[in-house]
Amino acid sequence: MSSTAIEIQSKRGVWGGGNEPLKASYGKLMMWFFLLSDIFTFTAFLITYGAIRVSYPAYGGEAADFVSSNEYWPIPEMIFDAIPLVHGGHFPLVFVGLMTFILILSSVTMVLAVEAGHRNDKKDVVKWMLWTLLGGMTFLSCQAWEWTHFIHGTDEGSMLTYVNSLGNVVTETVYGANLIVNEYGPAPFAQLFFFITGFHGFHVTIGVFLLFLAFYQAAVGVYEKRGHYEMIEKIGLYWHFVDLVWVFVFTFFYLI
Amino acid sequence: MAVANVSAHDVSNHDHHDHEHKDNFITKYIFSTDHKMIAKQYLVSGMFWAFIGGLLSVLFRLQLGFPDMDLSFLRPLLGGWIDASGKLDPNFYLALVTMHGTIMVFFVLTAGLSGTFSNFLIPLQIGARDMASGFMNMLSYWFFFVSGVIMFASLFLEKGPAAGGWVVYPPLSALEQAIPGSGMGMTLWLIAMTFFIASSLLGGINYITTVINLRTKGMSFSRLPLTIWAFFLTAVIGLLSFPVLFSAALLLVFDRSFGTSFYLSDIYIGGEALPNTGGSAVLYQHLFWFLGHPEVYIVLLPALGITSEIIATNSRKPIFGYKAMIISMLGITILSFVVWAHHMFVSGLNPFLGSIFMFLTLIIAVPSAVKVFNYLTTLWRGNLRFTPGMLFSIGLVSFFISGGLTGIFLGNSAIDIQLHDTYFVVAHFHLVMGSASFFGMMAGVYHWFPKMFGRMMDEKLGHVHFWLTFVGVYMVFFPMHYIGIAGFPRRYYSWTNFSFSDMYTDLNMFVSVAAIVTFVAQFIFVFNFFYSMYKGRKASPNPWRSNTLEWTTPINPGHGNWPGEIPAVYRWPYDYSKPGAKEDFIPQTVPLSATPESNLPHENKLVQLEKEIMAEEGDVLVANESKES
Repeated sequence: MSSTAIEIQSKRGVWGGGNEPLKASYGKLMMWFFLLSDIFTFTAFLITYGAIRVSYPAYGGEAADFVSSNEYWPIPEMIFDAIPLVHGGHFPLVFVGLMTFILILSSVTMVLAVEAGHRNDKKDVVKWMLWTLLGGMTFLSCQAWEWTHFIHGTDEGSMLTYVNSLGNVVTETVYGANLIVNEYGPAPFAQLFFFITGFHGFHVTIGVFLLFLAFYQAAVGVYEKRGHYEMIEKIGLYWHFVDLVWVFVFTFFYLI
Repeated sequence: MAVANVSAHDVSNHDHHDHEHKDNFITKYIFSTDHKMIAKQYLVSGMFWAFIGGLLSVLFRLQLGFPDMDLSFLRPLLGGWIDASGKLDPNFYLALVTMHGTIMVFFVLTAGLSGTFSNFLIPLQIGARDMASGFMNMLSYWFFFVSGVIMFASLFLEKGPAAGGWVVYPPLSALEQAIPGSGMGMTLWLIAMTFFIASSLLGGINYITTVINLRTKGMSFSRLPLTIWAFFLTAVIGLLSFPVLFSAALLLVFDRSFGTSFYLSDIYIGGEALPNTGGSAVLYQHLFWFLGHPEVYIVLLPALGITSEIIATNSRKPIFGYKAMIISMLGITILSFVVWAHHMFVSGLNPFLGSIFMFLTLIIAVPSAVKVFNYLTTLWRGNLRFTPGMLFSIGLVSFFISGGLTGIFLGNSAIDIQLHDTYFVVAHFHLVMGSASFFGMMAGVYHWFPKMFGRMMDEKLGHVHFWLTFVGVYMVFFPMHYIGIAGFPRRYYSWTNFSFSDMYTDLNMFVSVAAIVTFVAQFIFVFNFFYSMYKGRKASPNPWRSNTLEWTTPINPGHGNWPGEIPAVYRWPYDYSKPGAKEDFIPQTVPLSATPESNLPHENKLVQLEKEIMAEEGDVLVANESKES
């Protein structure tokens, strides 16, 4: 197994060839480099968000008097203010804050799983992988609710003038959001929301799939037989990355 | 989870060499995980695409050189694209230039060049059994293959392939109503490019990891052949720039198919208002050129690396300025990411921002000039051997100079207003990036053919091929400078409607004839390639008397490359014509302690350290190999 630690030659030097200079197996390096390239993918999306966001004026008045319009960019905390089971309440950013907390908590349990892997403690690895898996699935479920609410919209809706898909200029009350029009703000607001949180959600979905795979393999003893839990580490790298990206997505969409 | 599945087989015990591979035809030639076979797959695919791309260019050169010509004889090939009066369909003309660009840039000079030589040379020259992950390497080729099949299929669509230029700027590419090529052709283009990006990511991650982790004992970064440095940096550039193209393409897919307006705003088409609002077409240009410019160096750097190796070997001299070469390649790598907006000087960019990008662009002239002078000083007073590989390398240096000089004009944001999108630009990038990289690829094929197939290519045919191509390329692209300065825009179907363009019709005719001759000359290469594969003169183990590790393998290396232990490395790869040495080359595997007669003073000091290392290495783990205990 190439991941076997290779003693570093003192005389030849770390970069002198014949060893792993970054003390990482090729698989772990590959994951790092993949994540590096994925950073550029997400950065491109967030730059797109920024470019379109700044091309719209911000809302000028008091935050408390905010009314949605497609003339200016909305104030996020006035839009994302719903929580499940409470109809029409105003709880700014409470639900998304909870989602974020759950995702970050799953990163913590992931660290504990990796640490248990270093100790070759199968029972602990399985336990913490299960918690991480649950955290990931909970986050995805929360996002599904968030999207559903965003799509269905409020009871009041907003009166907007826009060009509909038939090419006609119409003025009507709009409820919820789709890719052509939304009641919250300019059309790109919802488009970017769906696109970027969707792309992140896609990453989380892949992550959950990988977590399940690793959880299963750890539980049936594949890694125990292999003698090390490096796969947990690699998937852990990916999972932390997905969490980190969420922090940026969260900042862009909900805080700025 | 590719990573999981392959971890077991990439490590071979050095004692299980030569074991009978139970390879059948499928695992040996099709789904092979051997880097050498994958390299050959890339090479043959690249050659196939080069001929498609070249053929397309001949078709549109016919239109440009002979606008009144009756093209009915092409009807068996092009069918309805030749109209009743024997003229080429203008929409198909646009598709031809688009596909020519796409195919040449991505399929030939990225996959065909990097895919072939990174795969072939990285494990052989750093002393590794194979790539870090052979399975991912195989996957990389097959993603490329699928991408090629989709792109090829798009050529046969009723409405034609993508036609918005290889840069596929929206809104032209985003709106199906805009031109016929923006329909299904554009969709397939985007799908094909998605596969291509996945392929290049899988390949690039593998190349980088292999160079970092699998170098043999003694192969430090300061002893790497310049080829490997070039492939390594190319992979880094690709790793960081292709994902941005992926982002740009994905946003475009949503604009095209799901009604978003990331790139679209306030558009009337056929008198109808589109619902799209709020997007920016310039945003696409920024995202595209963030890949597009580094892509130039993805294409060029491997060719420069190959040239460094071949020129040093065939001048029988150490490469001049080994460290300067590495530093200038690093400089080019970094600068390649901060110059993209020089493609956008006339897009309405803030002129002040333009001046910053102009400044950064012109800085690239410095590392490029360092490389050119290093090539020239390596050639200077060398014992030149004009093998075909050497000739093509020298040809590359020539194109790099003549094409690079015009880059200084184009990088200037004021002069670019006149020259932007004219044939001057076409001439510039075809020389400095297209032809130079193509010559690097040809040089590589001639030079490493003996290692690939165990036979030599025919030298005389190689010379004929070189001279026809070299002269042909200049005949094609040099006149384009004049046409461009005169103000002829590129991608135009016809100029005969403008009176000012009549004076250059004969020049265009000349260019077209030269292009056809150059294209036909490539068949000499194809014949030579396939003939030599079976009937060529048998190669000796080290036909070019070269220093690098690949020539220490058997003439036809098996899967695993070296039958015994992987050799260790004791010196840099450029000890040619060292004063006092018995031969005019000292391979990297020869210890300093074995050559006291030619060691330089500082090398003599290293002999003691080398002996200590050799002593202690008798009983430790070796790179990627577990010694049986």
